[in-house]
Amino acid sequence: MCLAVPGQIISIKGDDALSRSGEVRFGEAVREASLAFVPEAVEGDYVLVHAGVAISVLREDAAARTLGYLEEIE
Amino acid sequence: MKYVDEYRDPDAARKYLQAIRNTVTRHWTIMEVCGGQTHAIVRFGIQDLLPDEVELVHGPGCPVCVTPLEMIDKALDIAARDDVIFCSFGDMLRVPGSRTDLSSVRAAGGDVRIVYTPLDAVKIAADNPDKQIVFFAVGFETTAPANAMAVHMAKTRGLRNFSVLVSHVLVPPAIEAIMSSPDNRVQGFLAAGHVCTVMGTGAYTPLADKYDVPIVVTGFEPLDILQGIHMCVRQLEQGRAEVENQYDRAVRDGGNTEARALLKKVFRVVPREWRGIGEIAESGWALTPEYEAFDAEQRFGLADAKVAEPEACISGLVLQGRKKPADCPAFGKECTPDHPLGATMVSGEGACAAYYRYRRDEAA
Repeated sequence: MCLAVPGQIISIKGDDALSRSGEVRFGEAVREASLAFVPEAVEGDYVLVHAGVAISVLREDAAARTLGYLEEIE
Repeated sequence: MKYVDEYRDPDAARKYLQAIRNTVTRHWTIMEVCGGQTHAIVRFGIQDLLPDEVELVHGPGCPVCVTPLEMIDKALDIAARDDVIFCSFGDMLRVPGSRTDLSSVRAAGGDVRIVYTPLDAVKIAADNPDKQIVFFAVGFETTAPANAMAVHMAKTRGLRNFSVLVSHVLVPPAIEAIMSSPDNRVQGFLAAGHVCTVMGTGAYTPLADKYDVPIVVTGFEPLDILQGIHMCVRQLEQGRAEVENQYDRAVRDGGNTEARALLKKVFRVVPREWRGIGEIAESGWALTPEYEAFDAEQRFGLADAKVAEPEACISGLVLQGRKKPADCPAFGKECTPDHPLGATMVSGEGACAAYYRYRRDEAA
């Protein structure tokens, strides 16, 4: 149940903090998600969405570090 | 898909496996806490690829599995009422209560609806002012922000026909319960990445210190899990017991500030009963006084009742990492996903259902 899916924000609407939402693309599918908990997110960012709510903005630099970990340990 | 495909690269997986083999010198037992990780481990056959010294045991992080029978029965009572539209995530529908399940209540005419988000249940409440809309708010810390937001929105909009049946549980007290058990054999943890995305890593440091156990916050893709295992094994081999964060593309140390602020407003810590395990102190959330008008248990005046589990089921031991699904005499025989005796067989994230789907031939 705790699965969250990474998707890219393609549009944002709503000014009020709690009603801020956006369209998020997951592969071929586009769904609306609440962006209330990721006020820093802008169009083009990748967010983790769980139960219709974005819970984190994914960090490109950290993702690269994870993939670079192998070189570090080899 | 970006942030998915690159974490499933078979060449990188082979290199990780080699790195784990190069690091390990003796037997270690590591528990992955989250049912989503269990599912990925069994689906991708990760256990079979690991060296024999590294044993994975499966943890209690499946909310469908640990929601107590009494709570399922309360959901069934509410859902059967004529004046109620009962909304739930899909995976709760086939969980057996002591008499029936939500799916059967729906077949018998109950208005039971699967929603993708609790926010949809709030919309249903706004569209159906003559009905009571109840959302089954189960889950760990990951799901709590969405549920808190639904309750907060209903309050802000003055929707008096919306309520939630809350059965929220928390990961750190479950780790504490496992580590303090005299039968414990877990030596390291892969902590649940999405729970920590919301709550941060702070609650785990005292546990790592107190029980001298490494805790690695880990993601859900095969390479995440392999890297988490490598970090955990390396700590064990070096005699370290620290909190490390494998999943830092999503997890900040302090978690999600905005979500935690709302959680603090909407929920308070309470003892909770865990199916198959029993009551754990300070292990769950209930609504704060400010929001308790939205508590379905109060609204429908439901009394607590103790109900017995089927005797053949060992799901409690499976959830604590003390038994594997194939150790159960009923596994794959009396107990299958079509006729589950216990919740670990019902949920796709339950260890028994994952083993049945991918490794059925192991049954005794």
